[in-house]
Amino acid sequence: MEANLKEIVLNNSNDIVKMWLGEVEKHRKHDYTSSISDELFESTNREFVNVIFTSLEKQGATNDIEGFAERLINLGWPLSYLTDGMQAFRRVTINYILGQSTKVDTQYFSEVLGKVDEWVDPVINQLVNEYSGSWENIVSLQKVALQELSAPLIPVMENITVMPLIGTIDTERAKLIMENLLDGVIKHHADVVLIDITGVPVVDTMVAHHIIQAAEAVRLIGSTCILVGIRPEIAQTIVNLGIDLSKFPTKSSLKKGFESALELTNRRIEDIQSKNNEIEELVDSLDRE
Amino acid sequence: MDFQSCVNIKKEWDIVGARQLGRDIAKKIGFGTVDQARIATAISELARNIYLYAGTGKVCFEAIEDINERGLRIVAMDEGPGIRDVSQVMEDGFSTSGGLGAGLPGVKRLMDDFDVISRQGEGTEVRVVKWLR
Repeated sequence: MEANLKEIVLNNSNDIVKMWLGEVEKHRKHDYTSSISDELFESTNREFVNVIFTSLEKQGATNDIEGFAERLINLGWPLSYLTDGMQAFRRVTINYILGQSTKVDTQYFSEVLGKVDEWVDPVINQLVNEYSGSWENIVSLQKVALQELSAPLIPVMENITVMPLIGTIDTERAKLIMENLLDGVIKHHADVVLIDITGVPVVDTMVAHHIIQAAEAVRLIGSTCILVGIRPEIAQTIVNLGIDLSKFPTKSSLKKGFESALELTNRRIEDIQSKNNEIEELVDSLDRE
Repeated sequence: MDFQSCVNIKKEWDIVGARQLGRDIAKKIGFGTVDQARIATAISELARNIYLYAGTGKVCFEAIEDINERGLRIVAMDEGPGIRDVSQVMEDGFSTSGGLGAGLPGVKRLMDDFDVISRQGEGTEVRVVKWLR
């Protein structure tokens, strides 16, 4: 009986494939694959159905499925294409077998259902596992990448360091910012730290709270913190929220912040060009006399 | 009431999702950059309150298009423990979580209309409106 069902399916694979292709084509109209070219869709369908049949023939031959899933993942095909395809295969096969047999009683019916499920479910499971595995991998990689970008500290000059912040600050990142900031200040012997929030889209009370705490901690270890990169709209929302940032200096741009950092460390930028000009003018005036 | 769209708040990153959607809608209605920043900040505060105090809830947005007025209504709903004393949380500097305590009073100043309905043990609903002018 068992071998029988399998034989029916394998012997009539052409009919089943035809029905399956029709079914998949029907589903295609109203969804995701509309942007994929017809040839590619067709060849992928062919390959998919081949994979299904080989896995059916050699129960447990998982290499084909693995390779196929990997290629689709790389091409960016949605998982729903595969699950829809497998469900269509289940429907088509059951219909076909039932249509072929003359005696249809409940026992036979449930036997067919059970058998087809036994073929289809492992394949679906494997496909879903492949996909979710690759997603988890991507997510964890991006998490690491994000953490690397999170809170860099750049020593720009002796005693002056800059921490540019870009993107949303959540609790986890705020903690990282604080740690990196304090570590960096000690490591680089920084007298002044500039925190640049040009790239922070929204400054709400939580973000402000974390920045205030970080600045306060920097003050405790003997350095000065200057908050720079406050855009006009951010300045307005901070005022509206009623956040008090008067405990440490703030500047509109990194440039202005850097100038006052130089001032704090008793330095300034001088223009070499203008000095030369002065000397030239002096020489000129001497010549004239 | 028929809302244009809602964002469920379950994780900290949902706050960012709510904020981005709100900002997009505000941009579509025609708010300037300053008001967009105000709206995004207000959403951030409301969504964070849900995340911190109620755990889960949702933030809904509705574009108001009357003949003489246009604006954005934001409703933050949760079924958390509720607020014991609403007048107390509206004071600047009051916080039960060690924060700045500028959240709700700040939102009131950021937006034009502001309304809190809260029942202890049943939940909180904050409705705010920003008018376009």
